[in-house]
Amino acid sequence: MVAMERLDRSERAAGHSGPCIVADGLNAWYGHVQALRNISMSILAKRVTAVIGPSGCGKSTFIRCLNRMHEVARGTRVSGKVLLDGEDIYAAGVDPVRVRRRVGMVFQKPNPFPTMTVFDNVAAGLKLNGLRAPGGLGERVERALRQAALWDEVKDKLKQGGAALSGGQQQRLCIARALAVEPEVLLMDEPCSALDPIATARIEDLIRELADRYTIVIVTHNMQQAARVSDMTGFFLMAHDRAGELIEYGETQQVFTNPKDEQTEAYITGRFG
Amino acid sequence: MARPQTIEDQTHGRAWRSLLRRPASPGDRLFQGTTLLAALSLLGLLLAMAAYLFYVAWPSIARFGVRFLTGSTWDPVKEVFGALPAIYGTLLTSALAMLVAVPVSLGVAIFLAELSPRWLRAPASFLVEMLAAIPSVVLGLWGLFVMAPVLYPLEKWLASSLGFVPLFRGPVFGGVNFLAGGLILSIMALPIITAVVRDAILTVPAAQREAMLALGATRWEAISQAVLPYARSGIVAASILGLGRAVGETMAVTMVVGNGYRLTARLFAPGNTMASKIATQFNEASGLEINALVELALVLFAVALVVNLAGRLLVRWTVARAAGGGQ
Repeated sequence: MVAMERLDRSERAAGHSGPCIVADGLNAWYGHVQALRNISMSILAKRVTAVIGPSGCGKSTFIRCLNRMHEVARGTRVSGKVLLDGEDIYAAGVDPVRVRRRVGMVFQKPNPFPTMTVFDNVAAGLKLNGLRAPGGLGERVERALRQAALWDEVKDKLKQGGAALSGGQQQRLCIARALAVEPEVLLMDEPCSALDPIATARIEDLIRELADRYTIVIVTHNMQQAARVSDMTGFFLMAHDRAGELIEYGETQQVFTNPKDEQTEAYITGRFG
Repeated sequence: MARPQTIEDQTHGRAWRSLLRRPASPGDRLFQGTTLLAALSLLGLLLAMAAYLFYVAWPSIARFGVRFLTGSTWDPVKEVFGALPAIYGTLLTSALAMLVAVPVSLGVAIFLAELSPRWLRAPASFLVEMLAAIPSVVLGLWGLFVMAPVLYPLEKWLASSLGFVPLFRGPVFGGVNFLAGGLILSIMALPIITAVVRDAILTVPAAQREAMLALGATRWEAISQAVLPYARSGIVAASILGLGRAVGETMAVTMVVGNGYRLTARLFAPGNTMASKIATQFNEASGLEINALVELALVLFAVALVVNLAGRLLVRWTVARAAGGGQ
């Protein structure tokens, strides 16, 4: 069963699907400290790409550069290109708001809006200017909650506060919230790090299901998780000056069973990190 | 069968206890005693003050009863005292002050916490807080000699063009009136509201702002839909603090409110507040008027208490809604 699934997955990964996001010579800084150096990486459409590496290697910074969230913090800077469907999101005149509508994000700790109901949490993105759907708000909320495998658990609690749900439910609520605006790409920054193993397993199942429709990039420090959910894996490592570099990138099966770089092998076999 | 061991068996009884139970040190006791005394003396002072006010006010309370609260004449010659115009004046000027101060403070606080360039943040915050340091009487003088003359033509224009609205009906005398009182109070409430709202906004987790931004919100949408709702109990608390300031404020408002004593919806009519009535009358009061003024003070005391209690309940309610969520 598991073997079948694996085979199926690697076949899909080998099959031709174009790149959705291409990072090209990407550098990122916090103040004077360089956090990423010269990252070039093609993320395939409708695949799950895992970004792994030890703490501080820049993996979170990397995905925050993919929807222009890196620049939200003060004193940050980016250079290089990130092409979303061939268009550079860092080109002059590109509105980061438009980029983020196409590239959604789920954060490390579940962060539902505590003053909103479950329904309003999911509808939050839909109610923003320019996205306002005149009819069918209820339908779109239900569809997003079903996609996030949360509908059955909350359909009677839609009017309750989003903060009243369990941690795992809150994280799926955040996934539903991100899916409701129908992005092309979903970035997930260690989405399970604050969750217990059962809630983690549910989210991992969900990620596999969502890969049919969405391009997913997941940052994780859990290598088993990367092996379980992803088609492709990128391994990041800190250079001597602490800037993150992409050491190896390939199909997950290859990276985990037959890494090309000895540092990858050392990390995967647990010799550091 | 061996009897189940208790913790005392396992830890050799008394030895275990004496390890955990340190004899209370005399220094600790002394400290606890003095702080308790300080806390109790504050409570005692409050009660003594209320009791004394009640005692001095008693002749007036006995004479007028509820009519003191509903009557609208203040006549020292005939010894008829009704507080309604002053109570009304306090509520009206405070409401005006809130109407102006809360939105302005929100704007300033949002700018300071979210939008201001970093180099400007500290000096701008300092300036806002300096506003609170201006002595009341100085602000009153400014209101009388600068603000009122500036407002006067504006008020005349409003009265002539919008005079059919009861609020704006004339006549207008020299710009010293309810409106001026409310505006001066708004200036006095502004620094405290701004400071508390700014701090409330600064405690909103970055994750809340980022969650909204990641959905494709603009900066303003992230502030209005994620940051401000999260900070709303702080915003309510700030407004209540400001309201408390406005209700009790005396000197500045006395100088610009115009010293009328009428029950009217006209903002351009000279009026009075409880605090300003007391301040202007007590010097020349004698006999029963003294008792009546002290009763007015008692009412002011009660109104201030009610405002603060209501504020606290409101804050608790918004916090409960935020935490427990929903209905």
